[in-house]
Amino acid sequence: MDVLDLARWQFGITTVYHFLMVPLTIGLSVLVAGMQTAWVRTGDVKYLRMTKFWGKLLLINFAMGVVTGIVQEFQFGMSWSEYSRFVGDVFGAPLAMEGLVAFFVESTFLGLWIFGWDRLPKRVHLACAWAFSLATIASAYFILAANSWMQHPVGVVMDEGRPRLTSIWAVLANNTAVAAVPHTVAGCFAVAGAFLVGIGAWHLWRDRGDQPVWRSSIKLGSWVGVVAFSALAITGDLQSKLMFEQQPMKMAAAEALCHTEKPAGFSVFAIGDVGRPDCESVKSITVPALLSFLAHSDFDTEVRGVEDLVVEYQERYGTNYPVDERLGELSGKPIDYVPVLPVTYWGFRLMIGFGAVSAFIGVVVLWLTRKGRLPRTKWFPRLALAGIATPFIGNSMGWIFTEMGRQPFVVVPNPSGVDGVWMFTARGVSGLTVGEVLTSLIALTLVYAALAAVEVFLIARYVRAGVAGVMPEKPDKPDEPSDTLAFAY
Amino acid sequence: MDLAVVWFCVIAVLWLGYLFLEGFDFGVGMLLPVLAKDNTERRVMINTIGPVWDGNEVWVIVAIGATFAAFPGWYASLLSAAFLPLLVVLLGLIGRGVAFEYRGKVDTERWRRWWDRVIMTGSWTAALGFGLIIATTVFGLPLDQNGNRVGSVFAAIRPATVLGAVALAGFSLVHGAVFLSLKTDGEIRLRARRLATRFGPFALLPLGALLVWVQVDSGSVWTWVAVAVVVVAAASAFERLEKGREGQAFAALGVVIAASVVGLFGALYPNVLPSTLDPAFSLTVENTASSPYTLTVMSWVALFGTPAVLVYQGWTYWVFRKRVSAAHIPPVHVP
Repeated sequence: MDVLDLARWQFGITTVYHFLMVPLTIGLSVLVAGMQTAWVRTGDVKYLRMTKFWGKLLLINFAMGVVTGIVQEFQFGMSWSEYSRFVGDVFGAPLAMEGLVAFFVESTFLGLWIFGWDRLPKRVHLACAWAFSLATIASAYFILAANSWMQHPVGVVMDEGRPRLTSIWAVLANNTAVAAVPHTVAGCFAVAGAFLVGIGAWHLWRDRGDQPVWRSSIKLGSWVGVVAFSALAITGDLQSKLMFEQQPMKMAAAEALCHTEKPAGFSVFAIGDVGRPDCESVKSITVPALLSFLAHSDFDTEVRGVEDLVVEYQERYGTNYPVDERLGELSGKPIDYVPVLPVTYWGFRLMIGFGAVSAFIGVVVLWLTRKGRLPRTKWFPRLALAGIATPFIGNSMGWIFTEMGRQPFVVVPNPSGVDGVWMFTARGVSGLTVGEVLTSLIALTLVYAALAAVEVFLIARYVRAGVAGVMPEKPDKPDEPSDTLAFAY
Repeated sequence: MDLAVVWFCVIAVLWLGYLFLEGFDFGVGMLLPVLAKDNTERRVMINTIGPVWDGNEVWVIVAIGATFAAFPGWYASLLSAAFLPLLVVLLGLIGRGVAFEYRGKVDTERWRRWWDRVIMTGSWTAALGFGLIIATTVFGLPLDQNGNRVGSVFAAIRPATVLGAVALAGFSLVHGAVFLSLKTDGEIRLRARRLATRFGPFALLPLGALLVWVQVDSGSVWTWVAVAVVVVAAASAFERLEKGREGQAFAALGVVIAASVVGLFGALYPNVLPSTLDPAFSLTVENTASSPYTLTVMSWVALFGTPAVLVYQGWTYWVFRKRVSAAHIPPVHVP
């Protein structure tokens, strides 16, 4: 493996891993702030217990999100320095804004929230929870604006071989970002919803107290999951329509659509290798004309296939990589414009499939527990617990599809945009030694694996303990003034 | 005034904020096995920084992010050329961040001992590593005309940069000890104060040596003034500490690090990362800065963002202003 492959693997591993923690943090922090609001407004101790229990799981998870996020920010410069030099005038701005506007608020107000119980006035303490949770969404917005610029560069002109920012508003209001933000945030809520449903249902079935807490959690989680899935479907459709326009190759790859078709059918499932060189895979279930409709809201339009697009890309962006020693093995070689078809085809399907399964499980659990009912079968908690994994997998697949689908570009050319604003992934990598990147790939992967084990262990432990694990019964000594901290590490 | 120069100063200020704030929480982590006698005392130490360490850490995230936005060439060259030291720093930061949160989540000696080690090692490596990296940006790297490293993987590790590493670690130790004597009560407060007064002056020597080295290398009159300020502030910090005025001593250490940053970044300017091969290849404020438009956008964001950050972070310190002592630590409650 050369530096390019290793750097790509490292980015993929660290990013997908980071994005296991992030959606749970974003979704759960808003739901926990909501629970606390319910407590402050009603005074019902059930909501306080919910806040404490889910809040503790949020914190265990948040720590990992923070520390893996630092790696992301340094990684552009460490492994992708040519990319950073190329896009710095544009890409750095939303990244810095994320830090200044979102991270500071997140970290500071989370600290206030954790340690501020009983020390801050109730409403101020609640405001801290909201400040924290809304900042996580702001953070998602800025980072997605940066990512969307790589998918669809806008607001720049080419100046001495580099894109120069001309409008920050164009970057922040990029239609790609405007579609990606609600889609991603909905994915975060799907994760949090399934988390509540899975754990809540398991506790309900175990029947060791706090039944009202678990019932409310399931109800909240299911509704959040269902609404999130509807939002995912709507915003996903918006996104794919944009993508047919902005990155036709990615969508053709998502369908493994080799030849241009009119009207084009939507493949639900395929048997055999979708990436075969002759492009003749066996698509077993196809919905006629649906792809045309998804692409252009019209059942009768043409959808371009991979083969036609390759010709077009070769005309616009060249047939061979330039001869340049920094491109390593790829120097002067023909450019492969087709993303890895099995990855994009299955990534797209698994994203949608797992998202749908997740929403379906939420509905089933809601139905099974309606009007105070409770199935005593062992299937019930198993189904609910397995349901937790589904939106996580859906999210990861979505990201893998999005990022792999734009290869071989790191900055994808905007078909209607400024000429020359694009960059091959192979061009973006730093001039490092294989040893350096391999060391960091191994070190980070091992550390991440170890920490994953620790996080799962801790979450499982706190889940099993239920609310009692985080809310000890206070000794009945109300008259005795105490200096003890409400919370301490 | 040229916006690129303004942003050079902003980045210096962000580093100053970071070194001042995380300097003491590195110190607390580094001193964990030295100052605490039992688990309760270790918890006292950790809880002095509990509510704030995460907010402190964001200063470096913003410093690096702002470098990316304002000086992409600086960001790209420094981070790729100092790849391995940065990797070590990242591993240290990952470890200590998780450790603070996870240490108290299981009630066994073994579990805590492991995380204590992670906190301590993570704090040391991050403090040493950031010292090394700052010194590297001041002393430069063997860069070619494209800003890429020519020398070996270990080009960033040489006597001058190692001195930088020791200098920041030394400062963090003193800063942490003084912070602990300011924020704790009882036995541990006395111990921290004694440690700071006895060994503090020695721990600050590498910082002094580093500053002098930098000034001899590329200093000017006003950066020498900064060094003089460092010496005076350090002396007064120890004098105040002996008088029992911990708050004033802590503030004086703030002056020490502020003047040090002025001395280092002042000597660096107008370079941002010198090339040790050929001065013509050096990265400068001018040749790495983003376009004026980007800098203007960033300036507006910083103009409104920074005061807000200072206000609410300041408020956090106010909310948690009370000293922590063993009596305040609640019993361990874990599932």
